[in-house]
Amino acid sequence: MKIMLCPLNGPRNISEFVCRGDVVDRPDPTACSDEAWADYVFMQDNVAGIVREWWYHVATAYWFIAERNTVTDEIVRTYPASEIFHPPVDHGTDSGGRS
Amino acid sequence: MPFGLIKYGLSSRYPVIRKFPARPELKPRYDVVIIGAGGHGLATAYYLAKHHNITNVAVVDKGYVGGGNTARNTAIIRSNYLTPDGVKFYDASLRLFKDLSHELDFNIMYSERGHLTLAHTDAALRTSRWRAEVNKHLGIDSEVVSPEEIARIEPTLNLSPNVRYPILGALHHRPGAIARHDAVAWGYAMGAAERGVEIHPDTEVTDILVEGGAATGVETTRGTVRCGCVVQAVAGSSSLVAGMAGFKLPIRSMPLQACVSQPLKPFLDTIVVSGSLHVYISQSSRGELVMGGATDPYQLYSTRSTLDFTEGLMGHVLELFPFLGNVRVMRQWAGIADMTPDFAPIMGESPVRNYYLDAGWGTWGFKATPACGTYMADMVATGRTPDMIAPFALERFQRFDQFGERGAASVGH
Repeated sequence: MKIMLCPLNGPRNISEFVCRGDVVDRPDPTACSDEAWADYVFMQDNVAGIVREWWYHVATAYWFIAERNTVTDEIVRTYPASEIFHPPVDHGTDSGGRS
Repeated sequence: MPFGLIKYGLSSRYPVIRKFPARPELKPRYDVVIIGAGGHGLATAYYLAKHHNITNVAVVDKGYVGGGNTARNTAIIRSNYLTPDGVKFYDASLRLFKDLSHELDFNIMYSERGHLTLAHTDAALRTSRWRAEVNKHLGIDSEVVSPEEIARIEPTLNLSPNVRYPILGALHHRPGAIARHDAVAWGYAMGAAERGVEIHPDTEVTDILVEGGAATGVETTRGTVRCGCVVQAVAGSSSLVAGMAGFKLPIRSMPLQACVSQPLKPFLDTIVVSGSLHVYISQSSRGELVMGGATDPYQLYSTRSTLDFTEGLMGHVLELFPFLGNVRVMRQWAGIADMTPDFAPIMGESPVRNYYLDAGWGTWGFKATPACGTYMADMVATGRTPDMIAPFALERFQRFDQFGERGAASVGH
């Protein structure tokens, strides 16, 4: 069984987590072209090597970032999103709630 | 060892018959270079030579012939898809498969078994009905069957209602078949080589030469080769090779694992699939149960095997066939599946001129081998996209015009 180090919950079985894809910059959906949006939605770098991804611990609904090697299946490092998104991402919503 | 046998073995009157010629020297230029000597690449080469008389073709591969996903799939052939474009394409492929042993003069051990897609939920049953109606409309033999009918079709299946996921019905697709996957690659390789196509195993492409927006050749570990056009047929490395040509694909590469049991006497005639239980199982002509499940849960280029997979898969297999409890798993392996977001392949033109794509074959590539080869060859020879594969073009993603084939993927992913 593969173990992932959750920044919030410590070492946990990897089956408790869901991988949610590469950490990428989102273009502004109101300003960018259709091509740029299609590129953001569908196209993948699909790197053979070290990738930086969003992961999610299902039981505690905790999102964080993991760096892992897609060739050797090794997890290099896991850390809270705040380490690279500081201040937190502004999603441009006007709902008033936390984004 | 009897002396007569040694004499026979060493005699020049009984030479060893090679399936295809030893690797020749690379020429400086070909009309067509096909990257990937798997079923798809070799079928494309075969039909280029046979249908279009284009024989100045090199098929290059970093490994050996048919050593990638052609050798790693579970060899199921069916056409009971969900979208009309998908159904038509896979049916064309199934028809070619039926006659392929004769066509290639090589026994691919095509064995028509019938294919049951079990439904354990109302939602799965609804998708089964939908698929059956689309199939019937296009002349494909598919129908929804009740548990009583399933018991007649596959008597060994556990139809007890006292299990975690009772079987409510199934989509029955009589033309469903299995074949010997290696033989498909070898047969096409022999047929192509006989017609003058060169096959270059152990020749890795390290770069694609692009000049003025058009592909003009490839760099390989054995030197530079110029060519009129390039066909990429490298399941499991599609994004990496496309990257050399300078563009991205909507593909995530995930391992898909499978395993076989020790050989048993024949008892399972049908191919049994359960989307809800993430299982597919069939019995090979050697008596081994060939079993597979869903892709691994995250992107990876490693073909390692995991205990998680076998454990999870067997839990479900034992619910369908409880009497297999003492049967051992003999081999386990993985292939890298290039998953597209809409569970349909990418065939056709790419952003680079004279560079044709045959990619995104996820978990559904083997059954497409003959049709894909036929239409890719038509496209390379004529420079026009055949109607049959036009809907599978890469640019569908730019138009947000994806396929909806997920419901027909063999198991939930």
